[in-house]
Parts: sequence; structure tokens; C-alpha cells
Amino acid sequence: MLRALFEKTGTAVWISHLDLMRLFQRAFARANLPLKHTQGFNPRPSVSIALPLSVGMESVCELLDFEVEGNFTPEEITKRLNETLIDGVRVREVYEGSRKIRDLALLECEVFLEYDAGVPENALETLAALFGRESIVVTKKSKNGPVEQDIRPMLREALVRPENEQLLALSAIICCQNPTLNPALLLSAIEKYAPEAKPDFAKIKRLEIYDKDGTVFR
Amino acid sequence: MQVSLERILPIVQKPGRYTGGEYNQIKKDLNTVRTRIAFCFPDTYEIGMSNLGMRILYGVMNEMDGVWCERVFAPWADMQSAMEANHIPLWALESQDSVADFDMIAFTIGYEMSYSNILNMLRLSGVPLHSKDRQGLKNIVFAGGVCTFNPEPLADYIDFFSLGEGEESTVEIVSLYQKAQAKNWDKDRFLLEVSKIDGVYVPSFYRHEYNADGTLERIVPLNGAPATVTKRIVEDLDHTYFPTKPIVASTEIVHDRANLEVFRGCIRGCRFCQAGFSCRPVRRKSPEVLEAQAEATLASTGFGDLTISSLSTSDYRALPELMEGLIPYCTAHRVNLAVPSLRADNFSRELMEKLKTLRRSGLTFAPEAGSQRLRDVINKNLTEEEILSTCALAFSGGWNGVKLYFMLGLPTETDEDVLGIADLVYKVIQAWKENAVNKKRGLRVHVATAYFVPKPHTPFQWEPQITPEEYLRRCKLLKSHFYAKCIEYDYHSPDLSRLEAVFARGDRRVGPVIEEAMNRGAKLDGWDEFFDYPTWLDAFRACGVDINYYTTRGFGEDEILPWDPIDVGVRKDFLLRERHRAYESKVTPDCRQGCAGCGANCLLKEVKCDA
Repeated sequence: MLRALFEKTGTAVWISHLDLMRLFQRAFARANLPLKHTQGFNPRPSVSIALPLSVGMESVCELLDFEVEGNFTPEEITKRLNETLIDGVRVREVYEGSRKIRDLALLECEVFLEYDAGVPENALETLAALFGRESIVVTKKSKNGPVEQDIRPMLREALVRPENEQLLALSAIICCQNPTLNPALLLSAIEKYAPEAKPDFAKIKRLEIYDKDGTVFR
Repeated sequence: MQVSLERILPIVQKPGRYTGGEYNQIKKDLNTVRTRIAFCFPDTYEIGMSNLGMRILYGVMNEMDGVWCERVFAPWADMQSAMEANHIPLWALESQDSVADFDMIAFTIGYEMSYSNILNMLRLSGVPLHSKDRQGLKNIVFAGGVCTFNPEPLADYIDFFSLGEGEESTVEIVSLYQKAQAKNWDKDRFLLEVSKIDGVYVPSFYRHEYNADGTLERIVPLNGAPATVTKRIVEDLDHTYFPTKPIVASTEIVHDRANLEVFRGCIRGCRFCQAGFSCRPVRRKSPEVLEAQAEATLASTGFGDLTISSLSTSDYRALPELMEGLIPYCTAHRVNLAVPSLRADNFSRELMEKLKTLRRSGLTFAPEAGSQRLRDVINKNLTEEEILSTCALAFSGGWNGVKLYFMLGLPTETDEDVLGIADLVYKVIQAWKENAVNKKRGLRVHVATAYFVPKPHTPFQWEPQITPEEYLRRCKLLKSHFYAKCIEYDYHSPDLSRLEAVFARGDRRVGPVIEEAMNRGAKLDGWDEFFDYPTWLDAFRACGVDINYYTTRGFGEDEILPWDPIDVGVRKDFLLRERHRAYESKVTPDCRQGCAGCGANCLLKEVKCDA
């Protein structure tokens, strides 16, 4: 099975997970790379994307697993796909995927906090204090309605640095599988515990993925 | 992208439809562009991106040197609110620039109930609604599409209409506009010159005068405009532009597939059908060209589905050859081939077996009327025997569902005809009882009735529409005769169809009603969640326009019709003859059995009607 490491940036961030799967299937067809299909009554192309990315989030570390019919080198597949993909979706590399997706454990992400009237005084300290707490309980939407959840155990690292007068960047390493922490909940935490540091707008970007030992996952 | 838009996208549904950036979209360097065209579809992205006409003309205009055509769609309500709250005017997808910055603003109009969207999109663009308030050459607004065969409801808002097929005329129009830009013409000069292009109708060049009873007294052409404007057609479909590199939407749209149009026009002559008459004469494409275009389109898009389209696919003579070429290609490339609107003949049955689509798509008939008498009146040549024998075959092959579509309120319809629908449904149930292979799975018969809307350029263009009360009475009468549990009966609410009837046959006096309704919030009227009948009724009242004048009144045969200046090729005396044959329950055989003399063949100079 082959694996593609790809980026989703720019206007492509507004494409949903399911639509992205279809987009890839069509890109493979345009690139003349026939996808293997599943066996069975209703054969489907064998493509899957690890860790669905929320609409609106950027990422430079997405993984797509697939199988093609015929012999193509990873370099050839990378080149052909990049010629038939849209702006914003770019394959960084293709390789034989040896590690199981279930070993993927940690995600490094950045949350950009935008303050239109300038970063509030003491925001850096307030946020540092917030992420230094022993428990951070936020309300999370679930199928059965809102539930309270302590996100602190899923937060391995959280550092806030100033980017410019209106922008702070929060880099965090969080659990992304079993259990999963949606980085958007970091914003809920700010809203609840540090409302004075609540940004006017925030953007989230995935930077890197790791296994449980902190080794880069490929 | 504007910063404010970036902040809105996370809070609206399906943000991907507002950003552009799809595969095969066309971007141009503004330094090479002299004419920018905002091509607007007056409904949502999902609907508009599925429209073949838009795919064609987008390509036609972008093939032109110095021209950049971009797409614009109606925003969903959540986006509209956000735009209004943040003062963001409507933008085009490719460049994200405001529509008001464009030289020409084009609309393609296929549905009467999208009229409110047209005015709403102009309003959201910050472009003056009325043609007379847009001065200068910038923001020239023009429109085409089936609805423009009666353009009068929009006469005050649209500068000119391009009637009929646009592959050739659009190039002529845009070229003239480029000349106007180069020579610095004013708007009046441009309108005068554009009115000389065949198929172009400039509404401000026609004065409508009314009798005391409200009917049209005369339509006076001004500025040397022709008394009638004849729609344009493309004679040779094999050599005309066809988009083999259509844009591939990144998000899901309604018809998310390659679309192959095999011929234009229709040989059938169902007397209620506007497309059946206004799209004549019949011109076909050759199977070789179609095959090459299908393969090119599939290769450039990666679509997994291909649909054959036309008004009546079984009437495409080269269907067997085309299928022989397409089926192996599609099988090898894992492309699903769909061949809709087949008639129940032998070839179709074999084809359906080959495509194995019947199991998935199910069985649908549109007998339109319940009794043979009324089917003869409307010239729908589908017999009860055909329906029942096809059903029997399908049931014996394991099918257990059928959909039947009818209209209520057709000319000469009586209660007996209405109950004929119930009769037919019971015969279908009987056929299932006699032929079903597995009765345990049960049967589902889905019956739907629509409220008949008389359309311009059809033999029924003069007919009154029955009252909504009478329509509902007939629905209830029919419903009371459905006893079997397997019948699922849906009848459309009459409100929308009543307004559709007004706009289909409306004159210039209904334009202000659309504007009034839009100002009162009417938008996306084709969507149940937005159509608000009381808003429309208030608008009619406020404008002093009587709905019944356009619906239940009917139009006199000697009355001047608002769409009289528009010639679609089919002659008015032919339509009248067909109307009278309808009253005598006389069918007119399809064009292949004998030319009925509709007149549309006169539009052809190089080739013959292929009926």
C-alpha cells in the first residue's frame, strides 16, 4: 500500500473530508493512475485519508493511503498527481506506507489568534497560566449533546509566542487519536478561562504528526 | 480573498462553493483582458454548476481573446445575511472581484421562479436594478435561456436578451461589445448596434400599449427594431464548441458528472411542453464526435459518471452505435454510464439490461394524464398497454417499485380523467400481482401530480389555468380513490405553480411585482425552505396586479400575446391548429412519421431537420 503525504492550504481548506476523497479519486483518474478497487458487490476505489481535517483548517501533514494498478514509481505518482490536483492540495511525497495509521498518536499544530485592536496586555501571561493549569474542563459537542471534558491530559505541550502586534501563535502538541483532542477546543478553553484574551478570529494549522514516542510519523 | 470573507466562511454552510479554485476553472492575466464578463446563474452553486448551458457558454466566452468570463451564483441565505452584515458585495468566483467591477453581466435563465434571484443578485452586487438607471457601457446586463422566450417580466431590468442557442451569437455580442469599448460608444449606441445581431431582443426598443380591458393593444417597435426577433440555433452541432474541459466542482453538486448532449430539438410534440416546441428543429450530433467528446471530457475531468442527455434519448437514431462505442470505454475506465429518459421500446429494454442501471434507477413513467382520451388531447403518445407491458416485464425481473407522474388541470380535463389515474394505478398493481417474482418484498407505487402551467410557444399557450381550489379538489378526489397501502401519493402545492404561470406568460406589468417581492425578502423561491407565498401575494397586492389575469383568465386567440415579437421557429398558426386538434382529441403523429409542418425547419439553411 502506498501513502502520500500532502498539504491542504489556501482555498482548498474549505473542502470537506468526503469531498476531498472524491477530489483525489478524480485526480488519480485524470493522472491516468488507475486506483485499485475493493472487492465485493459494490467496488469502491481504495483510498483513505487519516485523521479527517475540519473544514477551514490548514495542514501540511495529511496522509492518504491508496493502491494503484500497475507499476509506477513514487516519484512518478507524485509528479502526475501534482499536475492534476487543484491549487492548495499538493503532494509532498509518496512512499510505501509501512506504519499502521493506528500508531499515529500526536499532532503538532499552531493556533493563530488574531486581535483586531491589538494583542491585549498580559494576554501572553494569561494564556501561559491557562495552559499551565492542572485541569482544563471545556464543553464539547457530542452526538448525545454537550459533555464536559478535561482536555489537559491530552495536551502535551502548549507555548504561546507573539507574532506581531495583532497576532499571537499558540503551538501545541496534542493527542490526535485515542483519545482525540480537536484543536478548536483550545479556543473554547481560552474563551472559558481567559475571556480577556479571547481573539477576534483564529486559524488553525496542522504542522506535524508523531507516534506515541514523539517520533515523526510517516 | 477579502479578509472579511475569510472570517465569514467558517460560519456558513458549504463554504467551498464561494471560493472558486476548482479544477479546470479559467484564470486570466488581467493585463491581457479587455472585457470582463460576470456570468451569473440565478440559483445556488450546486444547481448552476450542473447546468450544461453554463458550461458551454463559459467555455465559448473564455475562448475569446481579451475576454475573461467568470462565474457568479446566488448565495445561500446564511451567506447573504453575512454579506449584508459585513457590507460585502456579490463577487465572481475566479478572481473574487465584485460583480459591479465587470463590464458585462450575463444571466442564464431556465426557471421562472428564479426571477427574484436575478434582481436579488443585482441588488447584492450594488448594481442598479433598472436598465434605465445603469448608464454608460459598464455593467451591461444581458440574459438568455429558455425563459427568455418570454422576456417581458424582466424587460425593465435586462438591457438585452440573447434568444436561443448561444454558441455563435454570444461571440458576436461580445465582439461587438469589444468594438464598443474600443470606440468609446455610449450605451444607447451599443444597444442600437447589438439589436442588429440576429437573435438579440432589446426590450426598450418595443413600446407596449394596452386596451382599456388591460389586454395588449399593440407592441410598437422603435429605433428600427424588427417586428419579430427570431431565436438563434446552431445548425451543425458536430462542429460547434463543446466544453470537453468543464470545471470539476470540488464540493458535491447536483449533477456531478460528465454530460453528453446527443441531439437538440424533439420529435414528439407533447402539447404542454415548452422545450418540445421551442427547441426545434431537430439536429443531431454524430456518434463519432460524441464518443470523442465523451472520452476527452472524462480524461480531462476524472468524472466517474457520464450521462447522455437530450429531450428524449430513445429518439436519437444513432443510439445503438453510440452505445457500442461508449459501453466498452466506460467499462474499462470504471465510468458509470447513465441513459435517462428512455422510452419503453425493445432496444431500450436490452440497453437497460446491458447497463444494469434499471435496478438502481428504478422505473419511472410520465403518462401526464390518466385517460387515453386526455393523453390524446395533450398528444402524449404513451399508451396504457406500453406502461403495463413494461411494468409487467420489470416486475417479473424483480423490480418492486414504480413512479408515475401526472398533471392535473390539463385542458378539457374532467373528473373521469382524474379517476383514470386511479384506474391506471390499480392496473399497475394488478400487473405486479400477476408478474411479481417475490411478493413478500411488497410493491411501492409512487404517484405524483403537478398543477398544469400553460407555457408560451406551446399549443396550450392560450389556455386558462384552473383555480388552485379546483386543483386541490381534484387532488382530493383522486386521493379518495387510492385505497391500496402500497400507493404513495404526493401532490404539489398549487402556490408555486400559480406564480410560475404568471411569470411564464407575464408581461411588463409583472416586473414591478418581482422587484417588490424581492425587496420584501423573496429569494431562492425554487427552494421549499425559502418560498414564501404570502410575501408574493402582498407584492401583487401592493403593485395592483391581478394574478388571475395571467392564470385563470386565459388568453384570447386573437389577443396580442406579450411574447408575440419572439419567434422560436414554430409558427403561431401551427400552434393554433394543434390547439384545435387537441379539442378534437386528435393526436399529431411524431415528426418521424410525417412532418406536421411546424415551421421550425425554416430556421435551417445548410442542413435539413433531422426529425
